[in-house]
Amino acid sequence: MAADNQGNKKRTTLLLGGLVALMFGFGFAMVPLYDLLCQVTGTQSIAIRAGMGKGPAVTGEIDKSRLITIKFDATVNPNLPWDFGPEIRTMKVHPGEIYAVNFVASNRSNSSVTGQAIPSVAPWQATPYFSKLECFCFTRQTLKGNERTDMPLRFMVSPDLPAEIRSLTLSYSFMRLKPGQEAENETQTLPAIAAIN
Amino acid sequence: MTTTTMTHDEAHHHDAPTGWRRWLFSTNHKDIGTLYLLFALTMMFLGGASAMLIRMELFQPGIQLLDPDLYNNLVTNHALIMIFGAVMPAAAGLANWMIPMMIGAPDMALPRLNNLSFWILPAAATMLLLSFVVPFFPGGGTQINTGWTLYPPLSVQVGMSMDFLIFAIHLLGISSVLASINIIVTLLNMRAPGMNLMKMPMFCWTWLVTAFLLILVVPVLAGGVTMLLFDRHFGTSFFDAAGGGDPVLFQHLFWFFGHPEVYVLLLPSIGVLSHVIPTFSRKPLFGYNSMVGAMLAVATIGMVVWAHHQYTVGMSLGAVTYFMIGTILISIPVGLMIFNFIATMWRGSMTFETPMLFAVAIVLMFTFGGLSGVMLAVVPADMQYHDSMFVVAHFHYVLMPGAVFGLFAGVFYWLPKWTGHMYDERLGKIFFWTNVIGFNITFFPQHFLGLAGMPRRIVDYNVMFTEFNVLSSIGAMIFGLSHLLLLYIVIKTIRGGQKAKSRSWEGATGLEWELSSPPPFHSWTVAPQIK
Repeated sequence: MAADNQGNKKRTTLLLGGLVALMFGFGFAMVPLYDLLCQVTGTQSIAIRAGMGKGPAVTGEIDKSRLITIKFDATVNPNLPWDFGPEIRTMKVHPGEIYAVNFVASNRSNSSVTGQAIPSVAPWQATPYFSKLECFCFTRQTLKGNERTDMPLRFMVSPDLPAEIRSLTLSYSFMRLKPGQEAENETQTLPAIAAIN
Repeated sequence: MTTTTMTHDEAHHHDAPTGWRRWLFSTNHKDIGTLYLLFALTMMFLGGASAMLIRMELFQPGIQLLDPDLYNNLVTNHALIMIFGAVMPAAAGLANWMIPMMIGAPDMALPRLNNLSFWILPAAATMLLLSFVVPFFPGGGTQINTGWTLYPPLSVQVGMSMDFLIFAIHLLGISSVLASINIIVTLLNMRAPGMNLMKMPMFCWTWLVTAFLLILVVPVLAGGVTMLLFDRHFGTSFFDAAGGGDPVLFQHLFWFFGHPEVYVLLLPSIGVLSHVIPTFSRKPLFGYNSMVGAMLAVATIGMVVWAHHQYTVGMSLGAVTYFMIGTILISIPVGLMIFNFIATMWRGSMTFETPMLFAVAIVLMFTFGGLSGVMLAVVPADMQYHDSMFVVAHFHYVLMPGAVFGLFAGVFYWLPKWTGHMYDERLGKIFFWTNVIGFNITFFPQHFLGLAGMPRRIVDYNVMFTEFNVLSSIGAMIFGLSHLLLLYIVIKTIRGGQKAKSRSWEGATGLEWELSSPPPFHSWTVAPQIK
């Protein structure tokens, strides 16, 4: 029994030792393979981050072959006595075309209140490809007591939007601005908000 | 060559070395198994002490005992000591002790390699401790404040203690790879005649899969930390974006190891359960074949879902979707194992000795940890839970019951076989209850802390988290100190007690129970015939 068994043991040991060496090499092979894999499959975060810096190219071309579902979401911070929401909840849009949608805001209180909307896009990877050409979120909004107003938004989805994104959500959170901030010079805060957009 | 080996064996049989030579030069699977288990026990107390320091610091908001870097170094050490020092050696100790006895072999296939793979461990542990000690000396550099994941760029900036740690990881890796090779060679070549793979005891199956996992993933970690070493000292830039590298690559290499490692820790304990539950239910294991299949499925899928630890690094939607679905898929074979265990207990004549108590606790609490794992696998939810105390609660619920309680169950189950004495059942039960209750008081509140937004790995916290942290720290003291009772029980059992029969438990089946308790020096000199 011992004789043939020794041979088997030796063979198995050598095979397993080879496997260990192979996997150690695999770790190092990952260095070039990882870059390659990311370029081919777009698994890489860096490509997206790089795209974020450039922003969408406004080419004027409309991609009729794709329909992207846009969902609108609205939240009002409890410190703001307003009702706020989109006129329509979802839209199907072609990338490259400019669309408009109205949000409606009304002040439930009797006094004049100023608020500011903070936008966000989900999934966040779509953020650089969603451009707002006109938006109430660019400036602070003041509503007099019981006033109701339409707030227009004009937007476009870039044709460069990655193919894997088929729907996205634009969400607004309306926040109350403190009385002190209302009095501040508008130009001071505007660049910061523009940077968010 | 064969003849020399034979004479060597003969010589051993008649003239077994005694004193310190018996341990240092040992090629005997039982002695090496004992060494592994004692080493693991020592490291468990070290790792536990660092955890108790962490919990003492978190008893109150603010910085009381530990400065932030020291705190984070303790977090790092707790993880590395527990994983590489306690759980893996303990599982390897069980494997060394039990596998030759279970498959009807005289010893492990490669006894000298076995000696080497154990004796690397004390060296590795010394390196690991040096990494902790060095920063206390002038010129020793900063403490390892990275956590066990060692992410660059922070790990590139840490002082020389990181180099000690990298070498410690290399040594630990070599040790576990050698042990794995030995176990696979033993299992594939030394089974008793008639025992084909599908008749192999479940514990052997789980270790076969575990050993393959280790061989596949540990070298990748070794490669990763080697690159880290090169980045630190030799001017390469594998992980340095300024030099064309990518820090995220390290995360991929690390988790390519780190996720299968979870199954490395879990599977041996699943193997123990597959013996303990049938024994104390007095029924054969339900669904042996499906159990083997489920385990292979867990191991295979487990190899390819590592990036669910990195959802927040900004992978593409396609990638995170793949990793999410893959991760959730794992819950199916794991669920199958759990159902098999429950079906084994179903209508069995169950008794609740200490190993069985641990087994039932595992089925309950590991399932709980698995469910919070499914929560964490869901990408949008994970964005919220990532790096919070919820994650800490989750993986302790998976690893304590899943790995450590399984090892406790195994130790209590086989202690009569190893020592020839029954342990004190009353003390065993007291240990079980203090341990399990302490564990739950410690970690259950951490779910709430995490969901409320408390981040992990931070020395201080917001005052609003105080109550649950106080509770958790009190639990941790009960939990930590309860292990002294384990130590006492083990020592007491080694020194004496009621004589154990060969078949120490009424319902136990398997070759290991055919041998005397304690078993002879060479387990099976004549291979048993399996029908």
